[in-house]
Amino acid sequence: MTTVASTGTPAAASPKPATPAGEVATRKKRVRPARVVLYVFLTTIAFGWLAPILLLFYASLRPYQDTQLHGYFSLPSSLSFKYYSRAWNQGDMAHSFLNSFYIAVPAVFITLFLASFLAFALTRVKIPFRKTLLILFTAGNLLPPQMMVTPLYSLYIKIQMPSFVSDSLSLYDSYLGVSLIHIAFQTGFCVFVLYNYMLTIPIELTEASIMDGASVWRQYWQVILPVARPALGALATLEFTWMYNDFLWALVLMSTGDKYPVTSSLNNLRGTFFVDFNLLAAGAVIVALPTLIVFFALQRQFISGLTLGAAKG
Amino acid sequence: MVAPPVPTVEATAPRTTPVRRGRRRRLTARDILVLSVVVGVTVVLDLALIWGTSVVSVLLSFTNYDGISPIKWVGIKNYHDILTINPEFGTAVRNNLLWLVFLGLIATPFGIFLAVLLDRQLRFSRFYQSALYLPVALSLAVIGFLTQLILSQDQGVVNAILGRTHGNGIDFLGDSRLNIWMVLLFAGWRHVGYIMILYLAGLKSVDPALKEAAVIDGANPVQTFLRVVFPAMRPINVIVLVITVIESLRAFDIVYAINTGRNGLQLLSVLVVDNIIGEASRIGYGSAIAVMLMLVTLGFVITYLVNILREDSR
Repeated sequence: MTTVASTGTPAAASPKPATPAGEVATRKKRVRPARVVLYVFLTTIAFGWLAPILLLFYASLRPYQDTQLHGYFSLPSSLSFKYYSRAWNQGDMAHSFLNSFYIAVPAVFITLFLASFLAFALTRVKIPFRKTLLILFTAGNLLPPQMMVTPLYSLYIKIQMPSFVSDSLSLYDSYLGVSLIHIAFQTGFCVFVLYNYMLTIPIELTEASIMDGASVWRQYWQVILPVARPALGALATLEFTWMYNDFLWALVLMSTGDKYPVTSSLNNLRGTFFVDFNLLAAGAVIVALPTLIVFFALQRQFISGLTLGAAKG
Repeated sequence: MVAPPVPTVEATAPRTTPVRRGRRRRLTARDILVLSVVVGVTVVLDLALIWGTSVVSVLLSFTNYDGISPIKWVGIKNYHDILTINPEFGTAVRNNLLWLVFLGLIATPFGIFLAVLLDRQLRFSRFYQSALYLPVALSLAVIGFLTQLILSQDQGVVNAILGRTHGNGIDFLGDSRLNIWMVLLFAGWRHVGYIMILYLAGLKSVDPALKEAAVIDGANPVQTFLRVVFPAMRPINVIVLVITVIESLRAFDIVYAINTGRNGLQLLSVLVVDNIIGEASRIGYGSAIAVMLMLVTLGFVITYLVNILREDSR
């Protein structure tokens, strides 16, 4: 790719000779004006980005009468967390949280397992039809989900399930059905990320274990999987977020409101004639919490594991 | 969200094959069993639920299927009707294009710009990253409500700041000339964080020696990025471009949360859902819109794949 020499032309020479060297040498010694500007800019942007979320949190702490009278852009007369308990009870959130977890948690683990094994098989075992499989999975992830709605619905209605798996006796209106389409759809994305990640793992690693006579399963489980942990952490964060936040599949593949995920419970907080925004705000904060917790818990691995393709350097 | 196909498919194969051939252990029967079962299950799931259902949808788009009466083949009638007598279709196409232009020309470049700024030794770097990423973690239900909290006509914060609280508030979400732009702001709010995180991860994989060498050669930060880092990031640039295109075509959740995509907020994906699961249950007709959406999407995917394969053979 681009060689460094191309930037060494006279035209590219900096008018301020001290600046480039200063980038490295004086980073810790003195604060340059450019740095200050950078920090001010980034801090402004960061708070700008946070503002809607902070506003949401602020609104959730204020009584309805207060905001009704003075608007949401005003100083508070009193602050309390009492809307949170009301939202939790009135929205029946304990119940719908469980629904979301029944759908998302197994789906995240199964997706990561299938995708990491496939990526392992594509990069290490060199199974046949590698290119075809890669295109099949990655292109499948790019199809519009709306394409699949009707046939999937008909298919799910027809597939019989024992009553301990689904009380509707079919895949339709079952947690399993919603999980399955998430798994099928998201495997494409995960295969793509993990394939790229595993290409960067040195070949010697598996070769050493092959010399020791390790089976394919052991190479995958004991050699590759531990090394791929940052990528798995990053994907777990993204996949949990997407599956937990999903709305389309639950809407079209389930009919019992009792099984709907927590994202739909906000609707329970809307009265027929009157909507208490502050109550809804508290509900919205509660709904957003799990994905935020997962993000902060796995943040360290997030950036390092999300390499979508090796840059050529 | 989306993943485009892989850049360096066979990149390592030619070099390692001669070495590996000698050392590679023969697969045992158990190895082959494990491989076939796990890979087989994954492939069958993908083929049945993703590709199979998509192909059925293509077939349905040539019928008048409504879920109840018997299926009748109607040829290209659905497509003809969509293109000639559906006023919402034009609005939806326009909105999807606006989405693409806004994300492509503003949100994506801004996300890349922020990633470049954050890709250095900074204090509070974690904080900046988290703040920008947070909108990505929010669900459509939360974002839909946020738009109301901020933009609603009588209680919204923006109207309060503008001093328009007593019945003369601007109807940001209800006015069909205004609302699409407001929604784009929120879509961009989310998109910037997503692109920033992806690009930052890519920047971390650029060899630091490359940047240092450029600095030693006297390049300023802008030159270093434009002439050294950006070209080296080519595979990731292409991925980010594809993601932007696909996200624009697939946009659905934000408008659906605000007003189920009516009154100026129509999108192609919304028209599909409305026709398929709406009261009219015009499944054949909705499928035809979905097929059009898929054709445009596949157009981009194929362009991308061709690009990648050419890159590989070079």
